[in-house]
Amino acid sequence: MEALFEYRQSLIDGTIVTIQLALASVVLAILFGLLGAWAKLSRNRIAQKSADLYTTLIRGAPDLVLMLLFFYGGQKLIIDLGDWSGLWGYVEIHQFTAGAVTIGIIFGAYMTETFRGAILAVPRGQIEAGMAYGMFKLQIFTRIIWPQMVQYALPGFTNNWLVLIKSTALVSVIGLQDVVYNAFVAGRSVRQLFTFMFAVLVIYLILTAISDMGLRWLDRKYSAGVRRA
Amino acid sequence: MSTETSNQTTIGDWLVLVSENYSPIDFVLIGGHWDKFLKGAVVTLELTFLALLLGGLLSIPLALIRAYQHPLLNGPVWCYTYFFRGTPLLVQTYMIYYGLSQFDFVRESFLWRPILSSAWWCALIAFTLNTSAYTTEFLRGAIVTTPVGEVEAAKASGMTWSTMVRRIILPSSFRRALPAYSNEVIFMLHGSVIASTITLQDILGVGRWLNGRYYVAYEGFMAALVMYVILVFMITRVFKFAENRWLGHLRQRQETLKPAPAGAGGVR
Repeated sequence: MEALFEYRQSLIDGTIVTIQLALASVVLAILFGLLGAWAKLSRNRIAQKSADLYTTLIRGAPDLVLMLLFFYGGQKLIIDLGDWSGLWGYVEIHQFTAGAVTIGIIFGAYMTETFRGAILAVPRGQIEAGMAYGMFKLQIFTRIIWPQMVQYALPGFTNNWLVLIKSTALVSVIGLQDVVYNAFVAGRSVRQLFTFMFAVLVIYLILTAISDMGLRWLDRKYSAGVRRA
Repeated sequence: MSTETSNQTTIGDWLVLVSENYSPIDFVLIGGHWDKFLKGAVVTLELTFLALLLGGLLSIPLALIRAYQHPLLNGPVWCYTYFFRGTPLLVQTYMIYYGLSQFDFVRESFLWRPILSSAWWCALIAFTLNTSAYTTEFLRGAIVTTPVGEVEAAKASGMTWSTMVRRIILPSSFRRALPAYSNEVIFMLHGSVIASTITLQDILGVGRWLNGRYYVAYEGFMAALVMYVILVFMITRVFKFAENRWLGHLRQRQETLKPAPAGAGGVR
């Protein structure tokens, strides 16, 4: 326990990196999810098919494989493209970027399904009413679809977010100094890896509990006006 | 590795040349190590299915404890499932493989040499505990939602509690838990890549080895990715068949609009 106290700063720093990574990833995941849902619901065949391919492929592949592929392969791809076009020289992808993009793309595929269902749950007549008022597509989205779909999407979103937090642990494998990485280094140097890993597990449980409270608050906010038995 | 070709190049030489120098992915390099990837697939499948088997067996009594709210054991089992479902599998695996040696009594016990110092066994233990926690919870859900009529019929036929559980409740719950279980199988297969982080040569482990050995960026990971996608596809097929076979009676006659899937879970 004294060792934990001694390394508290390292653990706190790591936890902050983990939280930042989770937030960056979820923003990307929401963007990819909205894009995917829009593509799946559009009448364009090519958009539909590519969104289908995206969700099927991502959900078939383990996250760590994708992360390693994006981090090492993506680095090489960007350098090769630079060589080929002559526009840029050596570029290095930061672990944070690689991690956030990978997790964002993976959870974007899950969010696609969540958002697609939620958009479908908004009554069609309301969208038609928006059109009848002469609203632009963007206005229909921000004023009619979004406020209502949030309520339908929240249960699925909550689920995805809780899983996403846990999946951030994988970035320690590509060397980002998140809570797992820092705790591993500290635990190894004092030969108390069990204590440190247990502490990490507790930190994850605390993060989960906090986000659970936040999401409940959101749920109350967005389900105002819904009768619950 | 020379790019010069003699006059008598065979098709094989030509393939190697194109693969090494012109194709973005060196297929011949992957093909040359197919035996390693096959061994990796064996390790992956062994770990996945042994963990599912052991975790599944463990989850049956635990799910009964949770479903019938055993006065003494319900609390501890809830803590166990909450803990293992709320935390990353990677950290759980690290804790068991790297962490247990912190305790002298573990290192001195008779289990240390054969089991607890081996990466394979530690991975199996971590995966089993993890999948068992998830399985316990959805099996509990299936048991709780057993139609009242089935239970009443069992009671009316004078079955004892254990006979009723064995003949009525469990078989009926297993069937209804099948769709959730097919997800769990895929998640466990995905989760098994974590074995490669504790030195095991599973599919991803071989992929990482290949990339390190030949200093390439795509080949090993791409090969691993394709193998995992194929395995997931095969597992999905098997479960589709099983659902048609054993859940046919629950299928709705008229396809109604289904609600959105609850979300992810693919990542531990």
